[in-house]
Amino acid sequence: MNIIVCVKQVIDPEAPPASFKIDPATNKAIPPPGVPPVISTFDEYAVEAALRIKEAQGGKITAISLGTNLLRDVVKKPLSMGADDLVLLEDEAFVDGDSWSTAYALAMAIKKIGDYDLVLCGRQAADWDTGQVGSGIAEILGLPSVTIAKKIDITDGKARVERVVADGYEVVEVSLPALITLSNEHDEPRYPNIKGIMAAKRKEPIIWKPADIGVEPSQIGASGRHTKLLKLFQPVREAKCDIIEGETPEEAAANLALKLREAKML
Amino acid sequence: MAEYKGVLVHCEATEGKLAAIATELLGCGRKLADDLGQELYAVLTGSEVSSLAKEAIAFGADKVYVVDDPLLKDYQTDPYLSAMDKVVKQVMPQILIIGQTSIGRDLAPRLAFKLETAVSLDCVELAIDSNSKRLLQTKPVYGGNAQATYICESNPQIATVRAKTMSPLEPDSSRQGEVITIEAGIDPSTIRTRVLEKVPEAIEGIKLEDAEVIVSGGRGIGSAEGFKQLEELAKILKGAVGATRPPCDNGWVPDGLQIGLTGKIVAPSLYIAVALSGSSQHMSGSSGSKTIVAINKDPEANIFRVAQYGIVEDWKKVLPAFTAKVKELLAG
Repeated sequence: MNIIVCVKQVIDPEAPPASFKIDPATNKAIPPPGVPPVISTFDEYAVEAALRIKEAQGGKITAISLGTNLLRDVVKKPLSMGADDLVLLEDEAFVDGDSWSTAYALAMAIKKIGDYDLVLCGRQAADWDTGQVGSGIAEILGLPSVTIAKKIDITDGKARVERVVADGYEVVEVSLPALITLSNEHDEPRYPNIKGIMAAKRKEPIIWKPADIGVEPSQIGASGRHTKLLKLFQPVREAKCDIIEGETPEEAAANLALKLREAKML
Repeated sequence: MAEYKGVLVHCEATEGKLAAIATELLGCGRKLADDLGQELYAVLTGSEVSSLAKEAIAFGADKVYVVDDPLLKDYQTDPYLSAMDKVVKQVMPQILIIGQTSIGRDLAPRLAFKLETAVSLDCVELAIDSNSKRLLQTKPVYGGNAQATYICESNPQIATVRAKTMSPLEPDSSRQGEVITIEAGIDPSTIRTRVLEKVPEAIEGIKLEDAEVIVSGGRGIGSAEGFKQLEELAKILKGAVGATRPPCDNGWVPDGLQIGLTGKIVAPSLYIAVALSGSSQHMSGSSGSKTIVAINKDPEANIFRVAQYGIVEDWKKVLPAFTAKVKELLAG
């Protein structure tokens, strides 16, 4: 089983909301000082899904990441979790794209890798939350796709996928090769162990530029966008919180109940 | 070269009627169409959905395109993609609006790529730019920390819209409109997936999306046991229990209780947030609440920036007394 997993380096989504700042001149989020970036949340679930399949079937996992200023500690996390290879699409020409130009670059890289049975992606990136790149890659490569998976089992060249829907889940069968996107309802991503971290340290990523994957700069990154970002902003929230107190926590609790009753909320 | 014109709304159906989100999107689409001086179209895809065309007209559509085929009975990517591709190529709408639902999340991206245009998912606001006349698509980003407004130069401009952000029109059964049938013409051999089973989530009581009162717990609850106290309070208030992501990921509560950007979107009158920090990802799902009450021992917790009432204390010391007092007040 050859599995490709797409992973993105993002500003840590667990950083406190108060630390989130926007640079209005560039319409970009400012990385909070002292908070290192991480692999996007749902992408970690995709790596975990790949590892489980590799454990069950054997095979090879190649992680791909597109971006610039990619911290090796961060993008090597799939390797330290147990992935075998890492490919970086690391070039200015690749960045500031939208789903269209990003999916195109990743699809062309996957085409170059060539021999694969399964492509796994997170359902949406923890920064722009577009939720499209996985499906876009599948459409470009002509692969069937199943999105928002919480469990994948492979038998006889077919994937049996539990797919989360509004009121429960569906079990969907798809023949490989296919693309599947993962959601957090999947089993939790494992912590890397020392062996994995040491192996990752020794592994050199393969770095590809636009010419290596046969794309023109005009088709990728900022130049290849189909959408234009007009404004990135934080809606003003005005809520003055009435902190209820008391001699004891229990008294405060009773006061809160009374307050809500007064305000006709109960 | 034919022109792209009109606003097309993809209408989902549940239990023999238009889904609530379909009526909301028709309300939104009506306004956009009126702003553009163009027509509003609805498209129904499914099996035995023709009878819903009248309802779509009552809710504002000028024309309803019906794609009725047994192969569209249950959603799957390939047949729906094929049907919608055909509809868009025939209708050539300038704008296509789809619900941000289990269907929309899967269909819209692939459709946008197939049509070589673009889509913004989970829009909370849509408007027509007064100068360019293009669709301004606004959606939450950075886990809900911010919002972004996009524009797309190609047609159709596609957006999926979040439930409960738009208002339906008052249905008017005297409204007139045209119903047009489009043959799905799907080749069954092009359907590359198979739905083997559907497993409904076993949640008793009120659906979170419909609840007027929600008692929600976060990482600080600490265990499945802890959630029993929230269940007790919810029961007394005739409400539902919700959770943030960590309790679901830890298996303390079923995944279906997750409220947030990628979970349930709720809009109760009263939202009691117990031992949850109020991350943007979570607030994205719960900020529609009319009144938010927070119980958290961390005075710096983000939840206190969005709540109207709060107690800064360990929830274990507060909740039992709160529940007891509420019980007393409601009984008396």
